[in-house]
Amino acid sequence: MRAVITVLGKDMVGILAKVSTQCAECGVNVLEVTQSVLQDLFAMIMLVDISKSTVPFQQLSDSLQKIGEGMGLTVHVMHEDIFQSMHRI
Amino acid sequence: MLNSHDILETINMIDNENLDVRTITMGISLIDCMDSDVRKACDKIYDKICRYAGELVKTGEDISKDYGIPIINKRISVTPIAMAAGACPGSNPVAFAKTLDKAAAEVGVNFIGGYSALVHKGFGPGDYALIESIPEALAETDRVCSSVNVGSTKAGINMDAVAKMGQVIRRAAELTQDRECIGAAKLVVFCNAPEDNPFMAGAFHGVGEPDCVINVGVSGPGVVRAALAKAGDCDLAAIAELIKRTAFKITRMGQLVAQEASRRLSVPFGIIDLSLAPTPAVGDSVAHILEEMGLERCGGHGTTAALALLNDAVKKGGVMASSHVGGLSGAFIPVSEDAGMIRAAREGCLTLNKLEAMTAVCSVGLDMIVLPGDTPPEILSAIVADEAAIGMVNSKTTAVRVIPAIGKQPGEEIDFGGLLGYGPIMEVNPASPLKFIQRGGRIPAPLQSLKN
Repeated sequence: MRAVITVLGKDMVGILAKVSTQCAECGVNVLEVTQSVLQDLFAMIMLVDISKSTVPFQQLSDSLQKIGEGMGLTVHVMHEDIFQSMHRI
Repeated sequence: MLNSHDILETINMIDNENLDVRTITMGISLIDCMDSDVRKACDKIYDKICRYAGELVKTGEDISKDYGIPIINKRISVTPIAMAAGACPGSNPVAFAKTLDKAAAEVGVNFIGGYSALVHKGFGPGDYALIESIPEALAETDRVCSSVNVGSTKAGINMDAVAKMGQVIRRAAELTQDRECIGAAKLVVFCNAPEDNPFMAGAFHGVGEPDCVINVGVSGPGVVRAALAKAGDCDLAAIAELIKRTAFKITRMGQLVAQEASRRLSVPFGIIDLSLAPTPAVGDSVAHILEEMGLERCGGHGTTAALALLNDAVKKGGVMASSHVGGLSGAFIPVSEDAGMIRAAREGCLTLNKLEAMTAVCSVGLDMIVLPGDTPPEILSAIVADEAAIGMVNSKTTAVRVIPAIGKQPGEEIDFGGLLGYGPIMEVNPASPLKFIQRGGRIPAPLQSLKN
């Protein structure tokens, strides 16, 4: 099962490190990472494999959101299904 | 990998444009709960609702967290209570309302719909008693919603019921005068009522429905408006195309949530209702979509055409996105729940007459309109009759949910709080329809050919 982690906000040092460290601690494998600056907004998108996650999905989501809050960033963790169903026929 | 633009678009829709699943509504049949002893019937109803919907709220919250999609309301609709009331003649149907209220509180849903009667062709056992009891039932409960179907394209309009409903609406407002007349805001009078509508206050579980079913209502006026704002100067065909695409995406999200809810609760999936349901929140307004299309104000000339385009495009986009579309599906125009409508009404640009015209092309009807406190029952009945006639002739659902603000006059405002919003009291044409309403009887069903 795969999920999409998005991090939005102001660019700063250590975003990728902190998010990926948390993923590693939860047994979540990072499959792909893209990042871009869109309309003055830093956007990082990670596709992760959560099938071997050691924590429930909601706990993972909460822990990453907490990291984001500490850095003034918005973090979303959502099932891949959402994007597949909304944007693919 | 997924396209990052698509991902950011979805996130932006949720964070900034108020995209949400408005309601997961569980429809529950109460046909097996009927009993000639009202207490036994109420016990069976309470037990069945608690048994079936016990996990509804938690499941909704879990799905919301797992998928990162806001799911605003979890609700229940039940078989029209008039049928259960008909099985125990002589007893006061308000006992059923109190049972529904108690069950709704127990399972944690904010509204339960189905204190209803279907009387488009005449009153069956229980119907009249239930209709008479509606004001008391709505005054003595918090979560119960009521609806009455007074007409249909196939049956015509039951004008005896229409005459009665004018009195019932007024009485519902009077009994809740100390609470901003909230009783009338929980009462809908329908023509061509759908059996699978998940939206309150008009939700009930039709007799053709299965034992239990999950219906989902999606919303997203803010998303449509934002899409149009980005579109710039394009022609109306391009606008319609854009609305279709947006409605498609919104509905797909609803379909995903509906399937997941259905799977987790082991209850069959019924329909997606792809309505644009505004809230008083800034940026969640249907009126603002119409203004984005190029109208200076909602309510001005051109509003009906713009709304017709919007309503049709929403349906077209949504139909392809879901395996089963039903309910009301289209654009709602509730005045007090829509920041743009409230502004237009305050400025006098949006009038009751224009709203009536708009209901010929919107998804439902005259919704959440606050009227002067001295509006007599026969005028309320006549408003219902006009609206039912539009629905009957055009083979569409129409409804009336108006609130006579007892003790208040045009120019004053009323604030219901929450999703029900706030709004100015609108002017009513005072010419009396008393004789017409008093005639009673049935308006015959309209011809379905020779359409012009």
